[in-house]
Amino acid sequence: MADLTTKIGTLTLKNPIMPASGTFSEELAEVFHLDTIGAHVTKTITRGKRAGNPMPRVCEVGGAMLNSIGIPSKGAEWFVKNVVPFYADYDAPLVISISANTADEFARFAEEVSVPGVAAIEVNISCPNIEDDGKAFAMRPGPTGDVIRKMRSATSLPLWAKLSPNTGEVVEVAQAAEAAGADALVTANTMLAMAIDSRTGCVRLGNIMGGLSGPALRPITLRMTYQCARAVAIPVIGCGGISAIDDVLEYLIAGARAVQVGTATFISPTTMPRLVRELEQALVGRGLPSVDALIGTVEVAYEAITLAEYA
Amino acid sequence: MSASLCVVPDSISAGAPRPPSIHEVGARIKSHEWVNGEYRLLVLDAPASILNCEPGQFFHLLCPQTDRFQPYLRRPMSIYSFDAARGTLSFLYKVAGAGTGALAELQPGATLNIVGPLGKGFEIRPEWQRPLLLARGVGLATLAPLARECARLDRPLTAVCSARSPELLMSTDLFRSYGAEVITVTDAEGNSGVESLTTLIERLIRSRGIDAFFTCGSARLMRMLQEMGARHGIVGQVALEQQMACGIGMCQACVRPFRRETGAVNLRVCREGPVFDLQEVL
Ligand SMILES: Cc1cc2nc3c(=O)[nH]c(=O)nc-3n(C[C@H](O)[C@H](O)[C@H](O)COP(=O)(O)OP(=O)(O)OC[C@H]3O[C@@H](n4cnc5c(N)ncnc54)[C@H](O)[C@@H]3O)c2cc1C
Ligand SMILES: Cc1cc2nc3c(=O)[nH]c(=O)nc-3n(C[C@H](O)[C@H](O)[C@H](O)COP(=O)(O)O)c2cc1C
Ligand code: FES
Repeated sequence: MADLTTKIGTLTLKNPIMPASGTFSEELAEVFHLDTIGAHVTKTITRGKRAGNPMPRVCEVGGAMLNSIGIPSKGAEWFVKNVVPFYADYDAPLVISISANTADEFARFAEEVSVPGVAAIEVNISCPNIEDDGKAFAMRPGPTGDVIRKMRSATSLPLWAKLSPNTGEVVEVAQAAEAAGADALVTANTMLAMAIDSRTGCVRLGNIMGGLSGPALRPITLRMTYQCARAVAIPVIGCGGISAIDDVLEYLIAGARAVQVGTATFISPTTMPRLVRELEQALVGRGLPSVDALIGTVEVAYEAITLAEYA
Repeated sequence: MSASLCVVPDSISAGAPRPPSIHEVGARIKSHEWVNGEYRLLVLDAPASILNCEPGQFFHLLCPQTDRFQPYLRRPMSIYSFDAARGTLSFLYKVAGAGTGALAELQPGATLNIVGPLGKGFEIRPEWQRPLLLARGVGLATLAPLARECARLDRPLTAVCSARSPELLMSTDLFRSYGAEVITVTDAEGNSGVESLTTLIERLIRSRGIDAFFTCGSARLMRMLQEMGARHGIVGQVALEQQMACGIGMCQACVRPFRRETGAVNLRVCREGPVFDLQEVL
C-alpha cells in the first residue's frame, strides 16, 4: 500500500488524479463511481448564458485534437441550483471553473458561486480580457495579478489559477498569480492552433482557431509545470496530454502535486480510475511510501564530456 | 447563433450515485464481411452487460491504428442488431475516412474497444399503431432495430428504403423478416426524388392509415417528412448524426439547435439524442 493522498493548500485529495475542466461532467457517473478520483472539476461557466462557438467544434490532428467549443453556459444561477447539488453526494471536493470578461466581473462572479458544496474555484484566465484588447488575462502578469487580487478579496475559497501555454512569460504570470493570493496553479490550458483540410482548402474548425490538447501538448505543459514548480511555493497541478501512468509520474517528478486528465477521457472514459490503480502499483513498484515521496524529484543530467567548439 | 441559445437541458437530477450503465469493453470480432462495395457488417461477441440496448442507441468505437490510418477520436456507430441471448452486437457501416478505413482492416478474432450503449433511442408510443419508416444510406442500419421492435410490439410497419442504386439497398431482407412491408426506391431508377416520394407517401398515408414517421440518413428526406407531418398532423422521430468527441455528454462538441416551447435550444446529439422529435429539428 502506498499513500496516495496529496495536499493542495488546505484541501486534502484522496489521490492526485482529477479531471480537466471541459472534459468532465455528471454523465461520467454512468461510467464509474466518481469518488474513485481525487476531485471533481466542472466545465468553465460564465455568469450569463452563452451559446458557444459554431460547428464543427472539434477535429483530430495526428494523435491529438483541436477544439473550439467555446464556453456555452446556462449561467451562474442555473449552475448553483442544478449542478452543485449533484456533487453533494460525493466526498471528492468540487472545484468549479469560472470565466469572465473583466477582473471586476471575475470578483463578483467568485462571490456568487462561493456557496456550500464548492471547495475551490478554478480561475480560467485563458479567456479574452475585454479591457485589454481581447488578449487573454493569462498572457501577461499584470492582468493575471489583477484578476486574482480582486477575486481574493471577494471570496475565502481556495483559488486555482489556470495558466495558458500561449504566453512567453510563464514564470512571471505564475509569480503574479501567487503574489496576488492564488492557492494553486494549474498548468495548463490548451494551446492556440489551427488545421486546414488540404484537399478542400477549408479550415477544419467553425471558429477557425482552436485549442490543441492530447498527447502532443504534453511536453509543453510538462515544461510549464517544471518552470512553475521551481518558481512558486504554492502547489502546481499538471495538465496536458496525460493518458498513461508514465505521464502522471512525469508530471509528479517535475513537481506537480496533482494532475488533471482531459482529452484522454474522451478516448477512454475509464482512464482516470485506471490511472488511480496504476499509480498505487507504480509507487509500490518503486518502493515509495507515498505520492509525496515522488513529487519534485526530477534530476537534471549533465553530460560530462565537453562539446567541441565549431572552428 | 443567438446568445439566448442555451445548452445542457435540465435532464440531470441530483441523486445517489448509480451503478455504471455505460461500459467500456473489449469485444471479440466474430465476423466482419463486406455486404456491398461500400458497407461492411461487423459482428461482435459482446458481454450481457452492454446488451441492454434500445433501438436507436449507438456505441463509440475505438478504431485501431494501422499502417494506413491513425484515427484519434472514437467513431459513433448505430447498433444494427443486438441479441442478449446469443451475446452478439453488430454494426453496419460505410467505409468512409480514417476511422472506418482502419476499422475495415480488423480481422475476425481481433478485439475492438467499444463504449456504450449511448444516447436515447426511439420511443414507439402506444398511439402509434401504423408507423412508416423512411431510410436512406446509413439510415438503413440505424432503423433496423426499430423494425424489430415494431414486430415485437405487433405494429404493422411500412419501410420505404432509399439508396443510390439497387446494389446499395441493404437491410431490406431483414426488414421483411420482421414482417415489414418493404418498398424500395433508388436514384438509378429515378423514383427516389422528393417529388416521387411525396406522392408515394401521400398514397401510403391514405391507404395504410400511417400515423407516425421514423427516419434517418437524409436531411432532405427529413425536411420532406417534417413538411408532410405538419400538413397531415403526423408526428414522428428522426435519428441524427453530428461529429462527436466524447459521445457521453461531457464536451458539447455535438450540439444542434432544436425548437422547444422556451425557444431555440442547443441539445447534444450524443445525449439528448441521437433520436429526436421530428418537428423539433431546426
Ligand atoms: C449517432 C451516430 C450513429 C451513426 N451510425 C452509423 C452507422 O450505423 N453506419 C455508418 O456507416 N455510419 C454511422 N454514423 C456515421 C459515422 O460515425 C461516420 O461515418 C464516421 O464517424 C466516419 O469516420 P471516418 O474517420 O471514417 O471519416 P472521416 O470523414 O475521416 O471522419 C473525420 C471526423 O468526422 C467525423 N464524422 C465524419 N462523418 C460523420 C458523420 N456522418 N456523423 C458523425 N461524425 C462524422 C468522424 O467521426 C471523425 O471525427 C453514425 C454517426 C452518428 C453520430
Ligand atoms: C473539448 C474541450 C473543452 C475544454 N473546455 C475547457 C474549459 O471550459 N475551461 C478550461 O479551463 N479548459 C478547458 N479545456 C482544456 C482542458 O481543461 C485541458 O487544460 C487541456 O485539454 C489539456 O489537457 P489534455 O491534453 O489532458 O486534454 C477544454 C479541453 C477540451 C478538449
Ligand atoms: S460528443 Fe461530447 S457532448 Fe456529445
